[in-house]
Amino acid sequence: MSMKAFQKIYTKITQVTKATCSVKATGVGYDELASVNGKLAQVVKMVGDEVTLQVFSGTEGIPTNAEVVFMGKAPSLKVGEQLAGRFFNAYGDPLDGGPVPEGNEVEIGGPSVNPVRRKQPSELIATGIAGIDLNNTLVTGQKIPFFADPDQPFNQVMAMVALRAQSDKIILGGMGMTNDDYLFFKNTFSNAGALDRIVSFINTTEDPSVERLLVPDMALTAAEYFAVEKNEKVLVLLTDMTNYADALAIVSNRMDQIPSKDSMPGSLYSDLAKIYEKAVQFPSGGSITIIAVTTLSGGDITNAVPDNTGYITEGQLYLRKDSDIGKVIVDPFRSLSRLKQLVIGKKTREDHPQVMNAAIRLYADAANAKTKMENGFDLTDYDMRTLAFAKDYSRELLAIDVNLNIVEMLDVAWELFAKYFTPEEVNIKQSLVDEYWVKKN
Amino acid sequence: MATKGIVKGIVSNLVTVEVEAPVSQNEICFISVEGTKLMAEVIKVIGINAFVQVFESTRGMRIGDEAEFEGHMLEVTLGPGMLSRNYDGLQNDLDKMDGVFLQRGDYTYPLDNDKLWDFKPLAKAGDTVSAGDWLGEVDENFQPHKIMVPFKLEGTYTVKSVCEAGQYKIVDTMAVLTDDQGNEVPVTMIQRWPVKRAITQYKEKPRPFKLLETGVRTIDTLNPIVEGGTGFIPGPFGTGKTVLQHAISKQAEADIVIIAACGERANEVVEIFTEFPELDDPHTGRKLMERTIIIANTSNMPVAAREASVYTAMTISEYYRSMGLKVLLMADSTSRWAQALREMSNRLEELPGPDGFPMDLSAIIANFYARAGFVHLNNGSSGSVTFIGTVSPAGGNLKEPVTENTKKVARCFYALEQERADRKRYPAVNPIDSYSKYLEYPEFMQYISEHISPEWIEKVNELKTRMLRGKEIAEQINILGDDGVPVEYHVTFWKSELIDFVILQQDAFDNIDCMTPLVRQEFMLNKVVNICHTEFKFNTFNEVMEYFKKMINLFKQMNYSEYESDQFKQFNEQLDALIAAQQNN
Repeated sequence: MSMKAFQKIYTKITQVTKATCSVKATGVGYDELASVNGKLAQVVKMVGDEVTLQVFSGTEGIPTNAEVVFMGKAPSLKVGEQLAGRFFNAYGDPLDGGPVPEGNEVEIGGPSVNPVRRKQPSELIATGIAGIDLNNTLVTGQKIPFFADPDQPFNQVMAMVALRAQSDKIILGGMGMTNDDYLFFKNTFSNAGALDRIVSFINTTEDPSVERLLVPDMALTAAEYFAVEKNEKVLVLLTDMTNYADALAIVSNRMDQIPSKDSMPGSLYSDLAKIYEKAVQFPSGGSITIIAVTTLSGGDITNAVPDNTGYITEGQLYLRKDSDIGKVIVDPFRSLSRLKQLVIGKKTREDHPQVMNAAIRLYADAANAKTKMENGFDLTDYDMRTLAFAKDYSRELLAIDVNLNIVEMLDVAWELFAKYFTPEEVNIKQSLVDEYWVKKN
Repeated sequence: MATKGIVKGIVSNLVTVEVEAPVSQNEICFISVEGTKLMAEVIKVIGINAFVQVFESTRGMRIGDEAEFEGHMLEVTLGPGMLSRNYDGLQNDLDKMDGVFLQRGDYTYPLDNDKLWDFKPLAKAGDTVSAGDWLGEVDENFQPHKIMVPFKLEGTYTVKSVCEAGQYKIVDTMAVLTDDQGNEVPVTMIQRWPVKRAITQYKEKPRPFKLLETGVRTIDTLNPIVEGGTGFIPGPFGTGKTVLQHAISKQAEADIVIIAACGERANEVVEIFTEFPELDDPHTGRKLMERTIIIANTSNMPVAAREASVYTAMTISEYYRSMGLKVLLMADSTSRWAQALREMSNRLEELPGPDGFPMDLSAIIANFYARAGFVHLNNGSSGSVTFIGTVSPAGGNLKEPVTENTKKVARCFYALEQERADRKRYPAVNPIDSYSKYLEYPEFMQYISEHISPEWIEKVNELKTRMLRGKEIAEQINILGDDGVPVEYHVTFWKSELIDFVILQQDAFDNIDCMTPLVRQEFMLNKVVNICHTEFKFNTFNEVMEYFKKMINLFKQMNYSEYESDQFKQFNEQLDALIAAQQNN
């Protein structure tokens, strides 16, 4: 952050706590940024001439005669084409040694889109992963998180989705990311030759945790620039939103707010919604799609973070290790894309909805058969066939290493149906069976 | 002379204003920030300090900024031209706002002052009138929109003159009244009313008794809601709250539908914007949008205005009720409203109640639900506001303050259940936990016996008993195994499955099954109850399952066929044959 010459310097610090310090000052605007002995801070409270500042990197070492300079603006980002291909920290300062990009300075966390100026999302995002494209189709302008335990390969899947999706820009917001994961993303994108369409805002585990509160707003401000000014299709990756929520809890705790469920602030729903609702389809063609990660603790989705997220996002994706095939799959039972109804069978082949449902139903029958087997009951011939089907279905379609287009996915499904079942058992509308059933020779 | 004040303190959207003259609780003020005026509401006063909640972001506000008080509480502007509009929580017309983004301090007028309306007088010179009485009417989207004596006028007045039939603007003086002192009061088509006060200018509010048809079988047949009734739909995410709410708002037999999107997803509102102008009202054949008003305060819009949005929606509903219309108000979700109350109570440093919610949450919820109701107006006509709210319980746990406090006041409870949703049994309304208190109202029983049939309620209660019995048997079978219980148990269980599949489950995405008119519901209820009364003889539990699966399949085909079409009759005959064949065995 650069400073202008001849700015007024305040030195009357009246209070220092773990996260905040208060200073006597006048003419300060709410939300304004300040520098406290060079550390970045933001106005969070004003009473008379006492201004309370939240110091992002913590108040360690701040003396009672610290020099406070107000910057006359809220946190902001210079937006422009020059952002593309660059890596920044949570404040929007370059991490990659490159020059500070030039552009129009925009305050982050700006206003919301007028709901009547939105367009209903209707454009499919193909990822090649059947567990997503076939069963939980994504649509531009959607917001959807991976609900995953920390040991699952969500970052890998997310990077793969990002590279395969036909988007004009990918914006990565990393919150509390390990340095290894940061390098993983950097290398993956650079190996794919995609660096020029990627913008990253990274807060790693080495950085102060409160700083990461700025990351989603930085990422989405950049996204809004490309989607609104350039009419581009922008994909925003936010990992990991649980770390973001933890930072919120730290701040609210230090501000003496009364916590609600799971020690989270009472405003958690609104705080998360403000971020996720930036996902939008504009009538002009530009769009912002958000794919996020919410890490769970032992798969518990009743915790305040996943619970509030579930009420905000348009579905959620679960990863699971399938022990039968030894691969990670997208769980077809618990995953859900709320917006898939807008595209399946409309933008994709007519048989898509029915094939999707039939395959999942048969997979569920296989799960029942498996329980029966484990409990020592006899299996019928149908049970045996569903089990064999489930194995093939899991390997050829649900596994995350699959890369097919949607027509190929549907054809694979029809082949598996014909291999193990009769048309009556599959229970699909007759006209579709007539058209697509694979005849055995 | 308006009271003025100076900003003395700011924490997020709670601002302390030092005032120089009297202010009242809940008074509206505007604070000038960087040349823009931001609306705020007084929520606490201590000495010369008024604590106001600002309805928008306070970014950039400074100590010393000026505030100007309006001398009234938060009000809505009522008049012809509200139908089909999209408002925000403070009744700003969203379509009139420029640009893609909502700009802070952009307040737009909710009505159209230039449009001409066809006016017909209903009162004449010399009539004695009081607040809420009808002076005339205009046609608003085929609804008779009454021009009323303003609700704020107290006492009785004499009509001095009323305009003749003709075309007028809403700002024109339509009538002149004189009070007992002889003072003249001009009346236009517009009036204003504070949202936090109920409009009670009616004669009486009897217990509601008329069935409000929604076309959703699990509601109409099993747990009916009535005109002027209250209900709520709690459910974890992904259990189909929104689909059910949309189905009700599309199909309900109401004159006016008001949808308050309170702190929910913007794309869901976009779905309404996109679909309602295309869809037909099943009762009148006109476009759904013509009878609909949307109040959108989506989750990313200012939190303080979220609280106002449900009151704005309720006040507009009460206004249309005073015209003798049937109004349905849907609020999705009242939990978000309660959370907005919690955020503000927290900033005011009030001592918290359970889960951090304000202590008076139960009183606030109770007062709000009490504003719904069926009323007799002064002129003998009747109108109603039916209110259905959704609740989003944290963690899907129904033992949380919002659900519990709502349960105390709402008369219908539609519990959406995760397990039912997982099994794809939609709508996932739990048939055993859910209830409608109206089934116990003698007024309602009499209405049903006159309008549908005297046996209806008895049959509905039988369905409920059978569902409970079915559940008990299912649990026994789970423990003892299929062989461990007598075959008759399986028959009883499958009879409850029949009720579930044929009556309770309904395909909201199928053009025919999505909406079942009452006559059709009656036909299906009678048919299913008759089968339940039929004695079947089976040798093994497998026979029972196969037989009932066949029967359910035929019933489902019937549900997907047009009522009384040839196809429908064919399936009906096949069903009768199936039953006869079993009997002859």
